[in-house]
Amino acid sequence: MIPELGHFALILALVLSLVQAIVPMVGAHRNRMALMAVGRPAAQGQLVFIVIAFVCLTWAFIESDFSVRLAATNSHTDTPLIYKITGVWGNHEGSLLLWAMSLSMWTVAVTVFSRNLPEAFMARVLGVLGWISAGFISFTLVTSNPFERLLPGAEQGRDLNPLLQDPGMIIHPPLLYMGYVGFSVAFAFAIAALLTGRLDAAWARWSRPWTIVAWVFLTAGIAVGSGWAYYELGWGGWWFWDPVENASFMPWLLGTALIHSLAVTEKRGAFRSWTVLLAIGTFSLSLLGTFLVRSGVITSVHAFATDPTRGLYILALLVLVIGVSLVLFAWRAPKLAGGGSFGLVSREASLLGNNVLLAVACAAVLLGTLYPLFLDALNMGKISVGAPYFEATFVPLMTPVVILMMIGPFVRWKGDDGGRIMRKLALTGLVSVVLGIAIAFAIGHVSVRTVLGLALAAWVVLGSMQLLRSRLAERPGVAGMVRLRGIPSAWWGMWLAHLGVGVFVIGVTMVGSLNADLDVKMSEGQTAELAGYTFTFRGATERAGPNYDAATAIVDVDRNGRQIATLTPEKRIYRAQRMPMTESSIDVGPFRDIYLSLGEQVESGAWVVSIHYRPFILWVWLGCVLMGLGGIFAACDRRYRRLAERTAPATAANAKQAG
Amino acid sequence: MKPRSKRLLLVGGAVALLVGAVALVLTAFQQNLVFFHTPTEVAEGKAPAGRTFRVGGMVEQGSVKRDADGLTVQFAITDTAKVIPVSYRGTLPDLFQEGKGAVVQGTLEPDGLFRASEVLAKHDENYMPIEAQYAVDQAQKAAQTVQH
Repeated sequence: MIPELGHFALILALVLSLVQAIVPMVGAHRNRMALMAVGRPAAQGQLVFIVIAFVCLTWAFIESDFSVRLAATNSHTDTPLIYKITGVWGNHEGSLLLWAMSLSMWTVAVTVFSRNLPEAFMARVLGVLGWISAGFISFTLVTSNPFERLLPGAEQGRDLNPLLQDPGMIIHPPLLYMGYVGFSVAFAFAIAALLTGRLDAAWARWSRPWTIVAWVFLTAGIAVGSGWAYYELGWGGWWFWDPVENASFMPWLLGTALIHSLAVTEKRGAFRSWTVLLAIGTFSLSLLGTFLVRSGVITSVHAFATDPTRGLYILALLVLVIGVSLVLFAWRAPKLAGGGSFGLVSREASLLGNNVLLAVACAAVLLGTLYPLFLDALNMGKISVGAPYFEATFVPLMTPVVILMMIGPFVRWKGDDGGRIMRKLALTGLVSVVLGIAIAFAIGHVSVRTVLGLALAAWVVLGSMQLLRSRLAERPGVAGMVRLRGIPSAWWGMWLAHLGVGVFVIGVTMVGSLNADLDVKMSEGQTAELAGYTFTFRGATERAGPNYDAATAIVDVDRNGRQIATLTPEKRIYRAQRMPMTESSIDVGPFRDIYLSLGEQVESGAWVVSIHYRPFILWVWLGCVLMGLGGIFAACDRRYRRLAERTAPATAANAKQAG
Repeated sequence: MKPRSKRLLLVGGAVALLVGAVALVLTAFQQNLVFFHTPTEVAEGKAPAGRTFRVGGMVEQGSVKRDADGLTVQFAITDTAKVIPVSYRGTLPDLFQEGKGAVVQGTLEPDGLFRASEVLAKHDENYMPIEAQYAVDQAQKAAQTVQH
């Protein structure tokens, strides 16, 4: 009964999404207030019904109702409660429902937090979001109904894929989806603006906080996914350039470009067409990501669907979204020209450079991800594009981005004196290069990549400090604390996020230069050495977990005769699927991780143990945390909250300017 | 500088940057493509010598042997028509099993031994790596054509 209730609620949500898609749009077109006003309640009602559907599905998992096919294939009575709940989205159908629910949450957030938008604009935004929602809910209902019954019901479930039974997987999908789906808001704002034919600074200011929040979610989602891969896949890598990772990284790259381009549009009215294109592109890449990951064209832990009609449906949706928005763009583009002019040395020019490079980097990832699929589809052979390609293109493309990142904030809008900037930053640049070389020698690993990475990191950290100092010097004679508090939150956001990139580069460079691995056969009492640490194998014991049996090895880690940690890597066999799993054991430290995973038992009492030494790996995620925090600060800036007073006059003024 | 020449310089710079970036990407792309071959293709000598490529198929029953050091593994990959001996040093993926699909990446030695640097197995018990499935399908299709 409860699954049918959920199914029915989802159908009602679809009906409401269609209402939301059509009625406010018609209202905005005919300028009828009453019709436009339908958008908000429709969006809010839709959320209520999707949440009901979601709760009903979760209920089937918690209660182990194995007459629901989805629960039978992804849960088990012995599965711990938390993984019963996360099992709801650990599969194709449930994750689509999560997608739809995220979209609905974003839409309701727009109705709540952007109450001061002009009514016609809001109606169009809600209309666009309604269309996307209708597309996804109907996709779920038609091709991937999560409430499908299994008659007669199974006696026992097949359990969730053990790889997904992990704390990281509890939050990774919701965060990532909030990011993916969040870009639909930026997209809806862009389309609404194209429909009204008014893309001005006010539009950029409305759209900016939403875009930044979506970007923060995506950043967090990618970071958590990477952390999960690091400790769960058992060999201590944190990024694999796997197509599935690329699928989430592409919208991140373009979304980063979008945030910066929106800044120019808001402050200077320039780059308008480019910003709109980026908004369309970012959302399209989010859809492409969903398509790649969910259609089964890529086999991975994420590819649940192997049904080609599903892939076709998402592909059709993708083509429709891109097609319609590009046609609209082509129609309105002539109205978008203009905006302030700017000089060769200006904030605009440096942001333009950043945008071009990020877009090219995104295109490079797109090429490496899609080309093998194209060849395969055309029956021209099977190839794969490995990590070396992405590393070879990424380092040279991102190096100028990181350099520009510390120059841009010093440069004035519109035009600046190149000599002034040079004089200001020459010393910082020189010190960074010297530091890079010196540290490389100090850690005993001198290579082009290490020196480059360390110099870039030094450049960002030193540049950030200099930027803060020069910002504080802008108000001489005022007390330090007052000056600190006078800096707007958006500025702190920019500063923190850029500093985060520096921290990230330190982590990537150090772990790339100094990591060490050792595979060794060990039996009780034997020792092994790696990177100055001594590992002593104390034997392995058996234990039974809730839904698995495990062999647990005990390994003591010593340094200079002092014991640092006892690690317990495990080999688990999950009972329902008879699936073996390596559960690593990590001693986490600020400057290094010691990472152990247990291989196979080769003879009685002897095991293969993989030992990995990972210096500074925590900094990789610390960098991501800083970037995310930066985004939060930027989105919390007061000027977005003061929109209410400003919107009306600003719109009028800008409209006049644009016309 | 006149606004017009300034704009020219800006556009020219952007184009130069773009061309350089595209050249970089395409070169890296060319150098790092990894081709896939079925065991039959490898046996027929169609695989490139001295270059990294991938082979996929089933791990042959009873072929997995460990050397005395416990780390080097010998096994054979088959598409049911031809068998390729493989040597790999390192930890095998959790789902690597005899009779199940696997894809190996590495180089072919002159004596016909495939030295793998990477072994990929499927992610859960339901799915087979696409490439492994493809190799087996190709071999079976070829076998059927011969019978007809």
